[in-house]
Amino acid sequence: MRHRSEDCRCSRASAFARGHEHPHAHPHAHDHGHDHAHPPEAQRRIRVERDILEKNDRFAGENRLAFQAARTLALNLVSSPGAGKTSLLVRTLEKAMGRYPLAVIEGDQQTSLDAQRIKATGAPALQINTGKMCHLDATMVADAVAELGPTEDGVLFIENVGNLVCPAGFDLGEAAKVVLVSVTEGEDKPLKYPDMFHAAGLVIVTKIDLLPHLDFDIRALVANVRRINSATEVLRVSARTGEGMDGWFAWLDARRHEVEEAR
Amino acid sequence: MHELSLAQSIIDLVEEQRGGEPFARVRTIRVSIGQLSNVDPRALEFGFEVVARGTVAEGASLAIDRPPGRAYCTDCSATVEIATRTDACPTCAGYRWVAVGGEELRVIDLEVD
Repeated sequence: MRHRSEDCRCSRASAFARGHEHPHAHPHAHDHGHDHAHPPEAQRRIRVERDILEKNDRFAGENRLAFQAARTLALNLVSSPGAGKTSLLVRTLEKAMGRYPLAVIEGDQQTSLDAQRIKATGAPALQINTGKMCHLDATMVADAVAELGPTEDGVLFIENVGNLVCPAGFDLGEAAKVVLVSVTEGEDKPLKYPDMFHAAGLVIVTKIDLLPHLDFDIRALVANVRRINSATEVLRVSARTGEGMDGWFAWLDARRHEVEEAR
Repeated sequence: MHELSLAQSIIDLVEEQRGGEPFARVRTIRVSIGQLSNVDPRALEFGFEVVARGTVAEGASLAIDRPPGRAYCTDCSATVEIATRTDACPTCAGYRWVAVGGEELRVIDLEVD
């Protein structure tokens, strides 16, 4: 690459220039070869210094304010596929309907099968199909809440896409992430997916009615949860038999009380 | 593969930046992806290449800084370096620590022309 001298800003050109310090107006031939590329004249650096998740977090903040204004307890339910999120919700709605307003936002890549299961209980439900996306984000939830209407003085369950990785990083404006892990999964799940268990405000061990048929060490699971997240509570529930549901309702009532207190 | 939507967010930020200070194309986007963030840098690079097609960032390279994880241990009060969320405090071997660095996901700057 050869340059005219007025374009050249390399150190070799500077050394050359220093070599003949006479005032002159004549143009110089650029008489040395280059083994490096020059940045073109127009190239420049622009400082940005912004969070990649800035837009999501802005919408999440707005969702959170809207939930507070309507005294809605919003919970983000996450787990691997098949851990029993929808079954827990159906059981919860059947028990709690009529006690306070309840609504559900269902996130799945495709189908409205989960929303249909929820609607069968009589609770308002809205299905979000994320298409190729592996998680819900705060803009999707904002749109869904606008369509569903506020759940004043009640509980809004947001069932995320079944995935223990991607939803961990996306704040939806929820009061807490509730992480479900079933006893048919491994005790080491919290160590394999630490980001999600770290983000948990509550961990629910599901399908505990199956324990007699399995070699699942529930104490090892709880120890692994504690290693990642020493603050979170761990509940044990069977949506099928109803065992442990009282603890789940007690947790919900305590969180609803906190929302009331925050008025 | 949430790296795909993070890549899209990076490109949205670049487009927004261009609204304020016009430029023809982006050569390099420098991002900071903390070692305790839940992002795989190679997946981000791959996602970025796909999402950037047909945008102002097409052909741009991602320069990825990886600030290390730093934690404050609530058991022994030490501030320590932590490589992953499953690590124990290197000082007291406890697990009750709070991350104080290495969780960032930021766009630092752009090299444009």
